[in-house]
Amino acid sequence: MPLLQIDQMTHYFGGLRAVHDYNLEIEPGQIRGLIGPNGAGKTTIFNLITGIYSPTEGDIRLEGKDIFGLQPYQIASLGLGRTFQNLRLWRHMTVLEHVMQARYSKLTYGLLGAFFGTPKRQREEAESRKMSNELLELIGVRHLADQIVVNLPYGAQRRVEMARALATEPKILFLDEPTAGMNTEELAQMMATIRQVHKELGLAIFLIEHRMKFVMELCDIIQTLVFGEVIAEGTPAEIQNNPAVIEAYLGKEIET
Amino acid sequence: MAESTNNSSAGRKGLSVRLGKAWEPFTKVPLLGWLLGILVAVALEQLVGTPLAHLVGLSKIPVLFGFVIVLKQPVLLPGTLLYILLIYLLPVGLVARLGAALTNKLAARLLQSPLWVSAIVHVGLLYASLHMWADISDYRDLVLRLTLIAIILTLSLNIVNGYMGEFSCSHPGFMALGAYAASAFTVIFFVEDKVFGSPLLPPALGPFLFPLALIFGGVISALGALLVAIPSFRTRGDYLAIISLAFLFIVKSLIENLEILGGPRGFMSQPDWANLPTVFIWCMGSIWIINNFVSSTLGKSLNAVRDEETAANAMTVNTRRTKMVGFQFAAFWAGVAGGLFAHVMRYVNPGSFGIQKLAEMLAMVYFGGLNSVVGSIVGAVGFNLLSEALRPLELFKWIIIPLLLILVMLYRPTGLIAFREFDIANLLKPKRKSEEEVEHAIATD
Ligand SMILES: Nc1ncnc2c1ncn2[C@@H]1O[C@H](COP(=O)(O)OP(=O)(O)OP(=O)(O)O)[C@@H](O)[C@H]1O
Ligand SMILES: [Mg+2]
Repeated sequence: MPLLQIDQMTHYFGGLRAVHDYNLEIEPGQIRGLIGPNGAGKTTIFNLITGIYSPTEGDIRLEGKDIFGLQPYQIASLGLGRTFQNLRLWRHMTVLEHVMQARYSKLTYGLLGAFFGTPKRQREEAESRKMSNELLELIGVRHLADQIVVNLPYGAQRRVEMARALATEPKILFLDEPTAGMNTEELAQMMATIRQVHKELGLAIFLIEHRMKFVMELCDIIQTLVFGEVIAEGTPAEIQNNPAVIEAYLGKEIET
Repeated sequence: MAESTNNSSAGRKGLSVRLGKAWEPFTKVPLLGWLLGILVAVALEQLVGTPLAHLVGLSKIPVLFGFVIVLKQPVLLPGTLLYILLIYLLPVGLVARLGAALTNKLAARLLQSPLWVSAIVHVGLLYASLHMWADISDYRDLVLRLTLIAIILTLSLNIVNGYMGEFSCSHPGFMALGAYAASAFTVIFFVEDKVFGSPLLPPALGPFLFPLALIFGGVISALGALLVAIPSFRTRGDYLAIISLAFLFIVKSLIENLEILGGPRGFMSQPDWANLPTVFIWCMGSIWIINNFVSSTLGKSLNAVRDEETAANAMTVNTRRTKMVGFQFAAFWAGVAGGLFAHVMRYVNPGSFGIQKLAEMLAMVYFGGLNSVVGSIVGAVGFNLLSEALRPLELFKWIIIPLLLILVMLYRPTGLIAFREFDIANLLKPKRKSEEEVEHAIATD
């Protein structure tokens, strides 16, 4: 059984068909890529799977369990963690608070613990702090733990998004353009970080990217999306040599 | 020579440096030292306050640091200043400064036991001072109790308007629900009353069960909050302000039309159980619980939802529940504050819970600082003292206070002390390393 299985997912924004007949199977530990021109519907697919939009039709199963129509927080708790293309950080919170906040569904101390500071709460918060610090270490932003996020450079903010998503203990990590706005050096570092995360946490990764070098080096299987439809799916080598992909997308991309 | 070209800016600089130097030793005084100084000052006032007041030409002890006297009779300014200096400033300053070595050591010693021990000692000292201060006159006692209640109200409104980033107008309504519910509770159970008949329980039990009455008021208010929360938080958008305003008017006209609760004439004969220690304990309790909440990950979800709701949702935070809990929690405390208020005044009427009350509460929250427990305390105390101190100015008071508010908003749009965490351990710790530590540091140098 695949970890995540999506069958015939279609979504309309009013009259605009943003996604059409989309299918996906992700196996545990896989790294999958989703590429395509601007406006193809890539982010929309992420939003549909993570519950931010509800698909017009389709079937979404996580480990065989139907998650169609669940609220985003429920889907996240079940093991789909994500980052956002346009950073969505909490502007008054520190880096460490971001990561600890994402442990929300793992806390069991309840309102009584929150009101009265019970020993259980102290214990759980201490554990959460420890784990969050370890994640910050893994992602390479431990030294920024007490900074308010808005003061950080763009690259660091992207990393905070990643650390925060990992704190939800995802089975699949969704990364929406993790290298957007980064220079070549930062890109290489981000690639190393993703490899490290994949190795240490053993999770599956589903990523959207425009930087071809990045996608081709990291991913096991890549889908190409054009106007909401998958026109090709295959290994990096297959995608690079696919005439339809070159015609619709790669030919126009001058980036590496 | 450089000295001879001493211009005014250099002179000012010299002064501020000198002031800074004079103040420097006081930065080493721990909170314990200040509390001890205040205790000595109020004890001194009890002992020699009246004769000293006569000596400096005042007819009695100035009840509110002399503001009222000076505004009414400016000629008494020098005498009042002298009184304030001799009774408050000098003793507090001297005790704080000279006792710093001792109080630092004490504070360090206290922190060796669990934090709550130190907290209780500090709160106890604070209470002793307030008690003695309020002992001088009934007016002080009343102002103090109302200020403590205002702290609860401000904290409560800050949860919604600050921590949640919403704008709620319903708080006086919640306060009214709490006030009437708690009053009905105490009067039905413990008081011989024309409308409600003879008490259901022996009145002697009353003071012990008074907390139940307040909690009952809080719960009724939290239930009332559902009426606002359910429609407001169902969808996104800024409906809360308008729905909560409607709620405020509904509650008011509901009470006005409930004859059994006195209707527009008001509700009286509440027992006199909201004395200073009771109000003080509830105020400290609310600060403690609210601070616990907003510093927990569960409570910080309020901030996450405010700053970026979609992200909060995608990070496993149940955003709807978070908003409901935050709003009802705030309403609960407004209800408790209402219950206390009713039993302090021993009379409430629908007019006490209108737009004017809302304006005062908003002023306290925005003056003190959004998203900050300390800010709310400062806002409530500052606003109440200012409002009492300026009372002799009558109408002008309502020009000066809004002007001050506008100034604060201009220079600090989120309030005086906004977005600050209230770290109790840090507050109570000694301000200078203990001597052994210092010696150790020197030895290892
Ligand atoms: N909430 C929405 N309402 C209406 N239309 C939307 C909405 N979100 C996206 N769209 C439209 O759906 C299409 C797909 O957008 P989407 O953001 O998924 O593209 P994308 O592939 O992520 O592009 P990019 O590479 O620029 O990020 C676009 O035409 C966009 O305008
Ligand atoms: Mg996108």
